[in-house]
Amino acid sequence: MSFPVAGHALAANSDPWFTWSYVRNNADALGAAFTEHVTLTALTMLFAALLAVPLGVLAYKARWLTAPILALSGVLYTVPSLALFALLAPFLGLTMTTVLVGLVMYALLIIVRGTLTGLRQVPEEVRDAARGMGYGGMRMLTRIELPLAMPSILTGLRIAAVSTVALVTVGAVLGKGGLGGLILSGFRNNLYKPQILTATVLCVALALVCDVLLAWAGRLLTPWTKGARA
Amino acid sequence: MSDTLEQALNWINDPLNWTNPNGVIDRLIEHLWLSALAVLLGCLIAWPLGVWMGHRGRGGGLTVMVSNVSRAIPTLALLSLLPLTALGFGAPSVVPALAVFAIPPLLATAYTGVRECDPAARDAARGMGLSGAQVLWRVELPLAVPQMAAGFRTASVQVVATATLAALVNGGGLGVIISQGFGLGMSVGGGQILAGGVLVAGLALLIEGLLAVLEKLLTPRALNNRA
Repeated sequence: MSFPVAGHALAANSDPWFTWSYVRNNADALGAAFTEHVTLTALTMLFAALLAVPLGVLAYKARWLTAPILALSGVLYTVPSLALFALLAPFLGLTMTTVLVGLVMYALLIIVRGTLTGLRQVPEEVRDAARGMGYGGMRMLTRIELPLAMPSILTGLRIAAVSTVALVTVGAVLGKGGLGGLILSGFRNNLYKPQILTATVLCVALALVCDVLLAWAGRLLTPWTKGARA
Repeated sequence: MSDTLEQALNWINDPLNWTNPNGVIDRLIEHLWLSALAVLLGCLIAWPLGVWMGHRGRGGGLTVMVSNVSRAIPTLALLSLLPLTALGFGAPSVVPALAVFAIPPLLATAYTGVRECDPAARDAARGMGLSGAQVLWRVELPLAVPQMAAGFRTASVQVVATATLAALVNGGGLGVIISQGFGLGMSVGGGQILAGGVLVAGLALLIEGLLAVLEKLLTPRALNNRA
């Protein structure tokens, strides 16, 4: 991967930052990269949520597990994404699975923390009242605690989704980075500005769309917070 | 699979891989140097701004917005775009690109640290006749130290981690070991990839641990219980 640094000569190349002709001529490649990006993000969020929300609940219910769960997900979060892919790739290959596993590990901490914070914020008197009404165990969790923790869980999901969209690009080293692949190949093929910038803009736009969609879904899921927010 | 592990062990155990020009030691120094410059640049921008906003009690929305926006920008994109501007290749574009990701935690902690210091302490200082600047310098800033130290740690760990990606755009650093490994292909470079991954992950965790200890030591004892 040591390619000649012809950069200094090429930096002066006169490509414009953006051209419609690039977009038109490469619509297929852009579409494929975008689809891969969306797929990776969606799958990551799905697996991360399925794993992290129960982990957060476990960390909340079993006090002795709180510290180990937070510590483990903290360590996974600290390991740089490229290193995470490097540690996984020799075993899982240059595949989408490697990227997915790495991204899920990364999103874990954010969602676990959101879930834990949300559950801890449920007022004790609400829990008391529910107990008085005969709620307990699983029913208390699903009917009272989780719904009340929902805003915080959703905040975690939103942050995780936006970070994931940005992080997918690093998957480019494995050849599975969605729009990141276009950014990296654009850089390596003659520093092709229109390709790098178009992919970047699409990537940031996707992150914003995810954020807005999740915020909107959150409002649908927690209709009772409407009055409080206004 | 065990072949790759063996390859990785051999790679790490080969002293030449460490001491050669552009070996691990050279790359490590480069990595730490780039990271240090980026954190420094971030501090120079974020701290004065955050402290001033906290002192005036304005701009809380800005700190939230900065962290939200920076999260949506892929590091790889910024690292690829900045060299194409007037900044040119190498450190002059890598350092600002990394600094962008150091700024949000530094800004947020400087702002909240100053903003949320005990109003009673601020009132008392005012009552003793301290001017606005004196309140900031003698009361608010010392009280903000624990928060700012925590922000410094977050920012530094983040920068050391993201500096790995500079390798993908010829920026140097420890990530080069990994990206070279990927360039060799999985069958030849697998061991090097794994070895690089271990080194980079180890560095990030080491920095995190060291700064956590440093943070404890630097926080004034009186504030330690509260932090």
